[in-house]
Amino acid sequence: MAAALEQPQKLDLREPKGWRRTSNRIATWLMVLSFILVIIPLVFVLFTVVAKGISVISWSFLTSGPIPPNVLPASVGGLGPAVLGTIEITALATIMAVPLGVLGAIYLNEYGGKGFLGKLIGFFSDVMTGVPSIVMGLFIFSIWVLHFGFSGFAGALALGCLMLPVVIRSSDEMLKLVPDSLREGSYAVGATKARVTVTVVLPAALGGIVSGALLAVARAAGETAPLLFTILTVATANPNVFSGPNTSLPSQIFVNATQPYVGAQGRAWGAALTLIVIAFVLMIAARIVTARFTRYSR
Amino acid sequence: MSIAAKADPAIPAGSATGLSERRPLGDRTFQIVALGSGLLVLVILVLIAVSTSQQASLWFSTYGWKVFTNDWDPAANHFGALAFIYGTLVTSVIAIIMAVPVSVGIALLLTQVVPYRWSRPIVYVIDLLAVVPSVVWGLWGILVFAPWLNHIYANIGSAVKGIPILGNLFGPPTSGASFFTAGVILAFMITPIVTSLSREVIATVPAIDIEGAYALGATRLEMIRGAVWPHSQGGIVGSVLLGLGRAMGETIAAALVIGSSAQITSHLFAPGDSMPAVIANQFGEASGVFRSALIGLGVLLFAITIIINLIARGIVDRSARRKRGA
Repeated sequence: MAAALEQPQKLDLREPKGWRRTSNRIATWLMVLSFILVIIPLVFVLFTVVAKGISVISWSFLTSGPIPPNVLPASVGGLGPAVLGTIEITALATIMAVPLGVLGAIYLNEYGGKGFLGKLIGFFSDVMTGVPSIVMGLFIFSIWVLHFGFSGFAGALALGCLMLPVVIRSSDEMLKLVPDSLREGSYAVGATKARVTVTVVLPAALGGIVSGALLAVARAAGETAPLLFTILTVATANPNVFSGPNTSLPSQIFVNATQPYVGAQGRAWGAALTLIVIAFVLMIAARIVTARFTRYSR
Repeated sequence: MSIAAKADPAIPAGSATGLSERRPLGDRTFQIVALGSGLLVLVILVLIAVSTSQQASLWFSTYGWKVFTNDWDPAANHFGALAFIYGTLVTSVIAIIMAVPVSVGIALLLTQVVPYRWSRPIVYVIDLLAVVPSVVWGLWGILVFAPWLNHIYANIGSAVKGIPILGNLFGPPTSGASFFTAGVILAFMITPIVTSLSREVIATVPAIDIEGAYALGATRLEMIRGAVWPHSQGGIVGSVLLGLGRAMGETIAAALVIGSSAQITSHLFAPGDSMPAVIANQFGEASGVFRSALIGLGVLLFAITIIINLIARGIVDRSARRKRGA
């Protein structure tokens, strides 16, 4: 028995040999390769947009208008109307969709989440995130534009419909992370449910909600399809978002992309760079909010 | 008796039925407002179905089942949409075939291979891909990527010319703006969503299964096949379906790079058209039955994506529930 203790059976802990090792390595390299395959187009796109857009972008490009005819070179005039339109329409969509989305998430999480209706709403907000953006455009065209005409507001309605389920879902996730002890503590001192939700639960989840909303705005700012049939695409600035056709950076890119003129294409690249910068800034802002103001995370 | 109970001064009003029955007006209003916002989702979905179907009814009532023929000629008032349905299917299947292996590969890389410290930057990169707007993919696709691809298509086309099947799929005529180009661009665009959904699914594999497989001496590949795959199969199928739904509805990038040619052909390098693309490209000049037909395509698209989403969410939810139950 003593001999057995002195000489324990040796366990071979080295990496297995032969095909088992080879296949394992191949699998690992295939995973790394799949990541590289994704980086290539991303770098390619970003490089092209920056290389072609940077020479076009200037302060006057971003502010001056009206948008010059396609035949003129990109150095003349600018896309001021489109920048104004994008800001107006996205802001209006945000004002509509974010509060409603957060309230919807509050219903799901604080009131009816366990019941049949709550489950139904939760399930269909997931389904609604999959509705194609062009269908939202057609929807707003059918119920709004046919009766009241093209306007920035119609575009904002379409973008809002796209943002709503995204905001509901991201806010719901964040509200779920707020510990129940906070709610129970507030109930114990006699607060009503609405007061607990607004003064305790929401502030606790605010960082995550804001960050989710910023990401939704970043996606919405680049959407084209819902705007095509709701705002039209015009060359002049329209500061009145509630009436008359408008324009936006993405619709301008869409119109210019198929033009044979170098100037029109140049303006499209400039607009693309502007859009990407806007989206990245919002995304980074969301990261900063997440890092600095989120109290509870997974 | 109830009158007597109310009149009894010893019992404060309402106290017998508990505090919750006597909620202040503001509290109840807040609940109703929240409920209303939640119901908005259902209301919007119903409104989408009703209002777009109404606009599309002219198309369906005028042409009946002929809406599903391969005959699209707005100038001659022919509105058979089969070519667009075909194009939507072909491009999204190409996108899925390319995006799914890559997405699952990245999801496995993130969850099973790299340490947490490295997985964060990889996730950021994938998120960047998701933030590039559709129209920017389209702009790059039509002005840079398609001309470049056409050289490759031409080479492949002349190489497989005359070979059965391959020649029919990849042979000439070729065009930079084609089914295949649209499929590739769609693949780039759906990779982030399929990756993040598969990653969530794979992350639910119990650590005890993974550790058990390793403890039995499995290599990483064997562990993935034996522990990760059986557990996350269903959820990955669900995320693939959600990716398919996205690819089918993706409009602007496809509208720019697909070539806008209503034809049904086996040649993947030939120009084609898809449902969302034709809506985006032709809606501006449409009126009457033409417009009704385009909105009708939107209704079809809505119905298809809703069905796919219902199935996919069902699968994902079920696999998530099984995970929690286990």
